[in-house]
Amino acid sequence: MIALHEVSKVFNQGQPNECRALREVSLRLERGGITVFKGPSGSGKTTLLTLIGCLARPTAGRITLDGRLLSNLPERFLTEVRRHTFGFVFQQFNLIRGLTVLDNVMLPAYPLGKPHRELRDGARALLDRFGLGAKADSRVEWLSGGEAQRTALARALINDPAVLIADEPTANLDSALSREVLALLGELATQGRTVLISSHDPLVFEAVQVDRIIELHDGRMVGDSRC
Amino acid sequence: MLLLSQGLRREATLLLQDAPEVVVQKLIAGRHDPLPAAWLDTLRRIRGVSSARGRLWGYYYDPAIKANYTLMVAPERGLAADEIVVGAALARIRQIGVGDYLSLRAADGRPLSLHIVGVLDSASELLGADLLLLSETGFRQLFQLPPEVYTDAVLTVRNPREASTVAGKIALALPASRPILRAEILRTYDAVFHWREGMVFVALGSLLLAFLILAWDKAAGLSAEEKREIGILKAIGWETGDILRMKLWEGTLLSLTAFLVGYLLAWWQVFHGGARLFAPVLKGWAVLYPDFRLTPAVDLQQILVLLAVTVLPYIVATLIPGWRAAIIDPDAAMRG
Repeated sequence: MIALHEVSKVFNQGQPNECRALREVSLRLERGGITVFKGPSGSGKTTLLTLIGCLARPTAGRITLDGRLLSNLPERFLTEVRRHTFGFVFQQFNLIRGLTVLDNVMLPAYPLGKPHRELRDGARALLDRFGLGAKADSRVEWLSGGEAQRTALARALINDPAVLIADEPTANLDSALSREVLALLGELATQGRTVLISSHDPLVFEAVQVDRIIELHDGRMVGDSRC
Repeated sequence: MLLLSQGLRREATLLLQDAPEVVVQKLIAGRHDPLPAAWLDTLRRIRGVSSARGRLWGYYYDPAIKANYTLMVAPERGLAADEIVVGAALARIRQIGVGDYLSLRAADGRPLSLHIVGVLDSASELLGADLLLLSETGFRQLFQLPPEVYTDAVLTVRNPREASTVAGKIALALPASRPILRAEILRTYDAVFHWREGMVFVALGSLLLAFLILAWDKAAGLSAEEKREIGILKAIGWETGDILRMKLWEGTLLSLTAFLVGYLLAWWQVFHGGARLFAPVLKGWAVLYPDFRLTPAVDLQQILVLLAVTVLPYIVATLIPGWRAAIIDPDAAMRG
């Protein structure tokens, strides 16, 4: 379980361009299900996800994961938690050009030092599961938007994380592909993973797979509803 | 450049292994002068000398091809007064061969027509490219040299380790002489090739500097794409150390591959391609450049030095920007 207690995040603190991205947000996220962070652009959705996913530290407040305090962990331990607990799907997919689909999927697991064959088999199994088996050896720049999104999903799952964080996963997809991605995320949630999505796309927060919607505005939590 | 001059030094060393241990010249006012035949008896009497023989050799400028020939008497060949043997490069450039006649102008102005009875093997071209072998009579006729003098004398000593002691005794017995040891000739060759190597390095210095600046610039600056990739790797769980390790491997593989390919190409160019790039500078000052192949050689110390000055700076140059990019916050990738 993830808990946030009065978490704030300030960028460029003390400078003329200081920006308060999050203001005293407190919430508890139970294991499993899909939670959507909804809000207009600049409401703090992405910042909140980066704090939960250990990509950044809060300026104030505490974040715990299964009772373990994360917000004061040194960088090295934070990376360790991030590797094993979280998988990320970025808005721009962030696949590395010049590498194959298979190589991109295996990337997060390289620092863990798993045997290469085991790693490759795991990555191929994930690609097969997402219907990308035939594309495993293609370079990522040749993929369509939907294929790139599914590749990013496979990469996020290679280390078998308990929590999947997806930032605006449908922003670059048409409606049909968006529904396809939501179906995949729903499938992952039913298998016991916690899926956290940031989105301002009605297609996402109106989807049947969504369990909870948290609404943000100007860095504050303004709504929390269960579906 | 290093391979070529090293090859030449090695070749010279191998060839001079068979050179006489001591050569004695006569000097007048610090200049080389013909050596009187009577000196040979004095030299033979010196303790430690096993044999002393007078040599006749010299240079002849041929205005027809604007080249200097090296002329040498070869008594062991038993040539007649009008017979000669010519070097391969000389025969090539004058387009002459066995059976032809070569006309030289004697010191008294009269033409001397010499019958070519042999062309030196091209395998000995390093020494014999511009060489012309003739009889003692022919040599003395050509240069109008009196019979009681020689160009210099060559000695063999009983114990080669005592050559320098023998040289000391010669200098005492014949104060106008200059004994030259084989080791000194070797040292001179070595110095000459080092000097020429240095001259070319100076000439190429600016080019090398430009190359180094370009290589440093290419290696030290990360493109926006590379920075983005490092940001993604951080976001998906790579640590700064993982990224540095990757950059280290990348830099090592790239620079080692480039070094090996470059070294192999240089090696092939020097030992199989005739070293066309630097040969005119290093091979000699004569017009008749010898055409020969150097014995392939690899010097481990030289390779290590080259590695140290090329591969190591490249690796360091790639690591620093890699580290600077790797310490960015991982959430940068999330923000595009």
